[in-house]
Amino acid sequence: MISAIFQYEFLQNAFLTGMIIGVVAPLLGVYIVVRRLSLIADALSHVTLAGIAASLLLEKKILGLSGLNPIYLGMAFSVTGSLFIEKLRSVYKHYQELAIPIILSGGTGLSVIFISLADGFNTDLFGYLFGSVSAVSRADLWLILIISIIIIATIIILYKELFLLSFDEEHAKASGIAARSVHFIFIVMVALVIAASMRIVGILLVSALMTLPVAASMRIAKGFKQTIFYSIVFGEVSVLGGLMLAYYLDLAPGGTIVLIAVLILIITILIKKLTSSRPARAH
Amino acid sequence: MKESNHPMIQMQDVSYRYEKENVLEHINMTINEGVFLGIVGPNGSGKSTMLKLMLGLLKVQSGQIKLFGQEIGKFKDWQKIGFVSQKANSFNTGFPATVFEVVASGLTKKIGLFKFMKKEDKQKVLEAIGSVGLIQFKNRNIGELSGGQQQRVFIARALVSDPKLLILDEPTVGVDARHVLSFYGMLENLNKERGITLLLVTHDIGTISDKVTHVACMNKSLHFHGETAEFENLDTNEMSAFYGHDVHILSHEHHHHGGTGQ
Repeated sequence: MISAIFQYEFLQNAFLTGMIIGVVAPLLGVYIVVRRLSLIADALSHVTLAGIAASLLLEKKILGLSGLNPIYLGMAFSVTGSLFIEKLRSVYKHYQELAIPIILSGGTGLSVIFISLADGFNTDLFGYLFGSVSAVSRADLWLILIISIIIIATIIILYKELFLLSFDEEHAKASGIAARSVHFIFIVMVALVIAASMRIVGILLVSALMTLPVAASMRIAKGFKQTIFYSIVFGEVSVLGGLMLAYYLDLAPGGTIVLIAVLILIITILIKKLTSSRPARAH
Repeated sequence: MKESNHPMIQMQDVSYRYEKENVLEHINMTINEGVFLGIVGPNGSGKSTMLKLMLGLLKVQSGQIKLFGQEIGKFKDWQKIGFVSQKANSFNTGFPATVFEVVASGLTKKIGLFKFMKKEDKQKVLEAIGSVGLIQFKNRNIGELSGGQQQRVFIARALVSDPKLLILDEPTVGVDARHVLSFYGMLENLNKERGITLLLVTHDIGTISDKVTHVACMNKSLHFHGETAEFENLDTNEMSAFYGHDVHILSHEHHHHGGTGQ
């Protein structure tokens, strides 16, 4: 395997990209989970699929566009979808979760139409749905790297504002933090990470990579920083282990990555069960 | 700390109505620096509305409010005022944050955008945690603490930015009855030793009557505002008239002062 990585560029692309999204997906996932927005990731991944399908359709019908990387249109759709979710959440103030099924079904509906219009695609689409070891191009790698650096820098700079917004939105607003702007930046970052991750883990399983490592981490971590740290460790182990399994067993990596993440989750739950037989309360 | 003649909050003829219903009627009250004031009144007596007006969360409709001598519309020094709401009880107890992290979040605005915590800030956080008696729990997840301890964490979060005035809205809702007294004891210490002016809204006048220095009774309008001793000498008939039913003002002299310990 190691020698194969040195040998084949496609494997280098897949593993380097995997290492990057193994950091950023769980990192943003921590905020998504603690703010109880887990399903937003699902809604946005389906919107991303619509963007991918639109791009593949354009490529098929208009030959001149064959060089267009579908990830761009995927990201554009995802970010647009995130803005719609925000709009809907303010329209339905008392039913904020309504935004999610609306956007999710809207995205899926659009995808189905684009796919039917194109009369189906070749195996390409399968890679977008379930991830792929071989489909990541060098151009994808660069784009994902740049986006990830921007996202990590933003989270470091806005760390305390994001923390306060997640822990106590009301207090954040009352103390004069620009809560709306910070939330807006956050939701755009989520949309970008989803589009960036889909090459490796697949659209249908992106949200799993953002939430499962966090769910496992929260079982054992003390405090917020530790939760972030363990989430990234678990995300990284899942992605790299999953890619390796997928390569050897010739499987779609989305499945192997998510199953490893589930396995880690089960182990942490068991560890917590075993260690918390002593009283956990402070007094 | 002794009461001084520096008024922190001045309310002149303040009234407030929601649509057709009068909630506050002609409130005149001056709250001086150094007091520990308990504001009591039955449900729907306008206590929370009055707090919201003082905190600038509601706009004054008629009358005038001054904070630290300044007209509330022009007041900018909100860092001088700390607020612990009733809502602090209903936060997500599963949130993975330590006591230290939660208290530190009280400095977010003070440190400012694009800036990071410095050593002095961390020292301040530790001091605030210490002043509510939770230093041994600083690295615990907040969800592992009891309701009373969690409420102390929120007080520490309000204290960390060095407020001169701390406003608490029914802080003991959801706090185990066994810990309520020591909780009030801790507030008393903050008032006496750190000189923080305290304004506590509660319906539980019995328990606080031997902790607070002043009492204000309201039911839409202000019925009484003065020193606690004076309040305890009030005729029970007057109190009944104001509450609309029989009230017994309990004195808690038999209770020992719990201090900050648990």
